[in-house]
Amino acid sequence: MSVTTLPSRGATLHQPGWLARLFDYKPFLIVMCLAPAIGLLLVFLTYPLGLGIWLAFTDTTIGQRGIYIGLENFQYLLKDPLWWNAVFYSIFYTAVATFGKFALGFWLALLLNNHFPLKSLIRAIVLLPWIVPTVLSALAFWWIYDPQFSIISYLLVDVLHLRDDNVDFLGSPWPARFSLIAANIWRGIPFVAISLLAGLQTISPSLYEAAMLDGATSWQRFRYITFPMMMPILAIVMTFSIIFTFTDFQLVYAITRGGPVNSTHLLATLAFQRGIAGGELGEGAAIAVSMIPFLVFATLFSYFGLARRKWQQGEAND
Amino acid sequence: MTDVAAQTSNVASATPDTMAWDSRTRRVVMIYLPLACFVLILLFPFYWMAITSFKPNAELLNYKEHNPFWITSPTLAHIKHLLFDTSYPRWLKTTMMVAIGSTFLSLFASTLAAYAIERLRFRGSPYVGLGIYLAYLVPPSILFIPLATVIVQFGLFDSPLALILVYPTFLVPFCTWLLIGYFKSIPYELEECALVDGATRLQILWRITLPLAVPGLISAGIFSFTLSWNEFIYALAFIQSGANKTVPVAILTELVTGDVYQWGALMAGSLLGSLPVALFYSLFVDYYVSSLTGAVKE
Repeated sequence: MSVTTLPSRGATLHQPGWLARLFDYKPFLIVMCLAPAIGLLLVFLTYPLGLGIWLAFTDTTIGQRGIYIGLENFQYLLKDPLWWNAVFYSIFYTAVATFGKFALGFWLALLLNNHFPLKSLIRAIVLLPWIVPTVLSALAFWWIYDPQFSIISYLLVDVLHLRDDNVDFLGSPWPARFSLIAANIWRGIPFVAISLLAGLQTISPSLYEAAMLDGATSWQRFRYITFPMMMPILAIVMTFSIIFTFTDFQLVYAITRGGPVNSTHLLATLAFQRGIAGGELGEGAAIAVSMIPFLVFATLFSYFGLARRKWQQGEAND
Repeated sequence: MTDVAAQTSNVASATPDTMAWDSRTRRVVMIYLPLACFVLILLFPFYWMAITSFKPNAELLNYKEHNPFWITSPTLAHIKHLLFDTSYPRWLKTTMMVAIGSTFLSLFASTLAAYAIERLRFRGSPYVGLGIYLAYLVPPSILFIPLATVIVQFGLFDSPLALILVYPTFLVPFCTWLLIGYFKSIPYELEECALVDGATRLQILWRITLPLAVPGLISAGIFSFTLSWNEFIYALAFIQSGANKTVPVAILTELVTGDVYQWGALMAGSLLGSLPVALFYSLFVDYYVSSLTGAVKE
């Protein structure tokens, strides 16, 4: 553009080479700018996604190209109690952990929204569990859940005298399941709290003032102002949270590796165990692909179930 | 003075309470007490990690004679073991290299993409933006098995370069969206002035838009660094040899050996592995918070 509008000056001041002119040609520039990002995503995201779906219909193993076997992998999975177990625990884990994260995270956000000394320091501290590598904090939880030297057992048995024997956190199925969920909630609270805090700060104080004049109690103010105004951001944060909780891998792999007796396998850990550790790439891919319907459903549910922003916030919001 | 100003501008539901009928005790019970519990529980695993790394083994496994919440004779034995008897320094180096490499690669790719989508508006640019955003919703747990075969096909198996190339799949969507938001906030008039003065598009990007977008670039950069430092599943699936592993994977697969866990060394490894991101975080807290909330609001 500049070259065409100012031809004489451009030519006398500096002679743009053909390369410079090429880079100023808009369609070419657009393609060049998008190429690295789109290229990376196509090669390492879209292609593997398609390949994964194809692998799920083959009997590929490590070191051997598979052949198309139709739905055999999925038929096998439907008869596999371990897969059903993983489906059950994935849903249970997601449901309970998401509920816990949002209940506690919302509470923490409301607390942080008050004015108190050292507020920014506390806000910074609160985000720490989310910043630190999950596997490393999971190791700390593994140590906290140790059958013999658990600090929680020590507190309950030797300090508070509430129990006579140590808690067996990871030794039997149900306690292990809940221990993992507790660790997941611990890790998820900061993200939820800080995101919701940002949402809380956008709510106009005049709404609360108007409600106060009308004599609304603090519960009514929360129920009829805070909560509806938070819906859109809640929907987005919850969609993300559900997706990444359902496909969680690190926490379970670090703490129990699916044990005891395969009771805490999530679909992702089962896929890893069969696909990479066991070498059955086809079957592992089938397990991974079987997560997709759940994810699509959960995303649609949380997004459309919660994000009714138009009529709640007026047309001004997008 | 400032307190009063801050309090009136505060939007919390508790603010009117303070004016109306709140008392000091109520405030303590409703706000400070739960907040203290939250901070205590959120920080306790780190405290436990730190204190375990400096405890001698005798104290570590004997709660009857030693108070487990404190150390009587701190030791550096675990850290010494970690640094001199294992390949920990090497793992740290690999992780650092991978994190820095993938951060720069994704920053480069997403800056250009965000600039094209937001500033070089073309037909279909919103759809490209949406497509990149959707890529963020594809979790690594679905991708790691086919990606492993792709990595093998490229001959990159067991090489840190594979991780540098793969991490941008989840970094680029995030950074692009963050930067689109940032570019939006830069007045377009500045670019128009430069165009009139005869600058090329790339000059505009380099001389005008990028310097103004530095805070956004820092946010995206530190976020990418943290995410790649913390990444686990790809590093676990694509790296085989002990020497090339990243810290999170190496601690779990190389240090957890036998039936008796070396808790001291494990916790020391976790502490040291968390330290770089924690340090980074403490330097750039505000950027973290703004990028986290900015990305969600976007």
